[in-house]
Amino acid sequence: MAEPRLLRIAPGRDPGGRVFLVLLTLTAVLVPLMYFVVPETSALHLSGYTVTLLAKYMSYAMLAIAVDLIWGYCGILSLGHGAFFALGGYAMGMYLMRAIGARGVYGDPVLPDFMVFLNWKELPWFWHGFDQFWFALLMVLLVPGLLALVFGFFAFRSRVSGVYLSIITQALTYALMLAFFRNDMGFGGNNGFTDFKDIAGFPLQDPATRVVLFACTAIALGASYLLCRFVVSSRAGRVIQAVRDAENRARFLGFRVESYKLWVFVLSAVLAGIAGALYVPQIGIINPSEFSPANSIEIVIWVAIGGRGTLYGAAAGAVFVNYAKTYFTAVLPSFWLYALGTLFIVVTLFLPRGIIGAIGAVRRPKARP
Amino acid sequence: MSAPAPAWTSDLVPGVEKGMVLYLEGITVRFDGFKALDALTLYIETGELRCIIGPNGAGKTTMMDVITGKTRPDSGSAWFGQTVNLLTRTEPEIAQAGIGRKFQKPTVFEQHTVFENLELALAGDKSVWRALFTRLTPGQVERIEATLETVRLQGRRDYLAGALSHGQKQWLEIGMLLMQEPQLLLIDEPVAGMTPQESERTAELLLSLAGKHSVVVVEHDMDFVRSIARRVTVLHEGKVLADGNIDAVQHDPKVIEVYLGQ
Repeated sequence: MAEPRLLRIAPGRDPGGRVFLVLLTLTAVLVPLMYFVVPETSALHLSGYTVTLLAKYMSYAMLAIAVDLIWGYCGILSLGHGAFFALGGYAMGMYLMRAIGARGVYGDPVLPDFMVFLNWKELPWFWHGFDQFWFALLMVLLVPGLLALVFGFFAFRSRVSGVYLSIITQALTYALMLAFFRNDMGFGGNNGFTDFKDIAGFPLQDPATRVVLFACTAIALGASYLLCRFVVSSRAGRVIQAVRDAENRARFLGFRVESYKLWVFVLSAVLAGIAGALYVPQIGIINPSEFSPANSIEIVIWVAIGGRGTLYGAAAGAVFVNYAKTYFTAVLPSFWLYALGTLFIVVTLFLPRGIIGAIGAVRRPKARP
Repeated sequence: MSAPAPAWTSDLVPGVEKGMVLYLEGITVRFDGFKALDALTLYIETGELRCIIGPNGAGKTTMMDVITGKTRPDSGSAWFGQTVNLLTRTEPEIAQAGIGRKFQKPTVFEQHTVFENLELALAGDKSVWRALFTRLTPGQVERIEATLETVRLQGRRDYLAGALSHGQKQWLEIGMLLMQEPQLLLIDEPVAGMTPQESERTAELLLSLAGKHSVVVVEHDMDFVRSIARRVTVLHEGKVLADGNIDAVQHDPKVIEVYLGQ
């Protein structure tokens, strides 16, 4: 078990968070330089592939921060956050599909290729508006937010909590996966969306677009960190942690526990949705496997490995695990799942506060009473 | 906030006397046929310090649950003062109306500092939006410091509550109740597991609160009850068995039979 801490570092001081923001700023500045300015012959040059890979890690880090907010601070173990990520991604994907226009394989100016292939004659109603970038951005926020609002409203009002809540969040993402797999849902079925051409008029293959998207992801990650930091260090943040530790006590103090949970859940879902929307144009594909229950569980593992309840720990966990995944799946593909499982077990048994917690325990000797 | 009271309740509250803070009349609670409370009637006066005793299963905790809105009775009426019908209010509403409850097991927020525990207990707007942007005013900080002094935890201000001793946690929890400026304090077994010195200190604390607040204490420890009680109510099988000052109650043959004589 972790050593019980006697004193807490003053909330104003956040050394780990500062390190995180400095590293993020350095990444945001150096990566474009190393991609654009450093000549290709130099060892310091980064390929477009690496830039996109780093952007992918950053969008995962943002997703992990969203999960840490709801799990690490409010104690709600959501095993369905992959669904909010995927919905944000699908909303962006719908825009990108419409933006292809007549350049698709079948050359239909309005209908995306998969609809032509399915012999559909007109655009389903829910595809209207997605030709506008601003509308898609709005939907990126609204769709995951509204789903979280409705789902959370009923779940929290019925006082579903603990493992039961985790199970229904798994069911939620599983149900969405099955639905999105169906061709007649109108979301491309099994194949999802791909072959995107451009975003807001800029070609996605262009290095400049790549760097701008990379920078947007870095800014979004930094902004989500700061926003979540603001929330958890406000009195509302102390309330949600109080709900995590002693829900009934908080209720008897007069806090509407359900409102606080719902509010944090919606915020977390919206952040996950934004992360998904940043992920899709850079990775170039979104399909129903993003909804798979295993994906959502993996996010929780990133957070557990990094160290929950610190925000930057979650981000570090996401980057660390995904870097390891990239490495192992290239070198020893069959070994990856065992490595992930082992890592999770080792962290749970020996580092209950994750890698960040372990670093903190080494650096900061126990406070004396 | 104000739910209209069902018409029938007004008939069941005849001639409300002045100076009463809590009225429980004919409260019956059944759990699977078992009557946890059986037409319990109990009044608490303003500023009173009342001890409630009774053997296990007498219905003490269920009574607290009814008052705080956690359990709804099958019949009866429960009023806080003359205007608040407790049976139509939710738990947070009842807490905000001015009834504070201390649980048997100390439940403080262990990952928060002592100061933050008291801050969370501050009376006032508890909405999410306010909590996001609010800052402590100097007056509020002063109130928290004053409460720290009342419960003698000044030296533990910035400790995590989880690092406090059992007795200190109990006092912190009483301090948290005080922050809500309650009219009525419900305190469940305050001295269970306390050292004699801690019990003594707790008795002083509760006595100092009576007068400013109405205090209802549920307790098993008879020495402790004798040290604080002016009036004792004995519950048995969901009903009031005896009521009066501690000496009268202790010599009541019915009480001796079911409780004290064991």
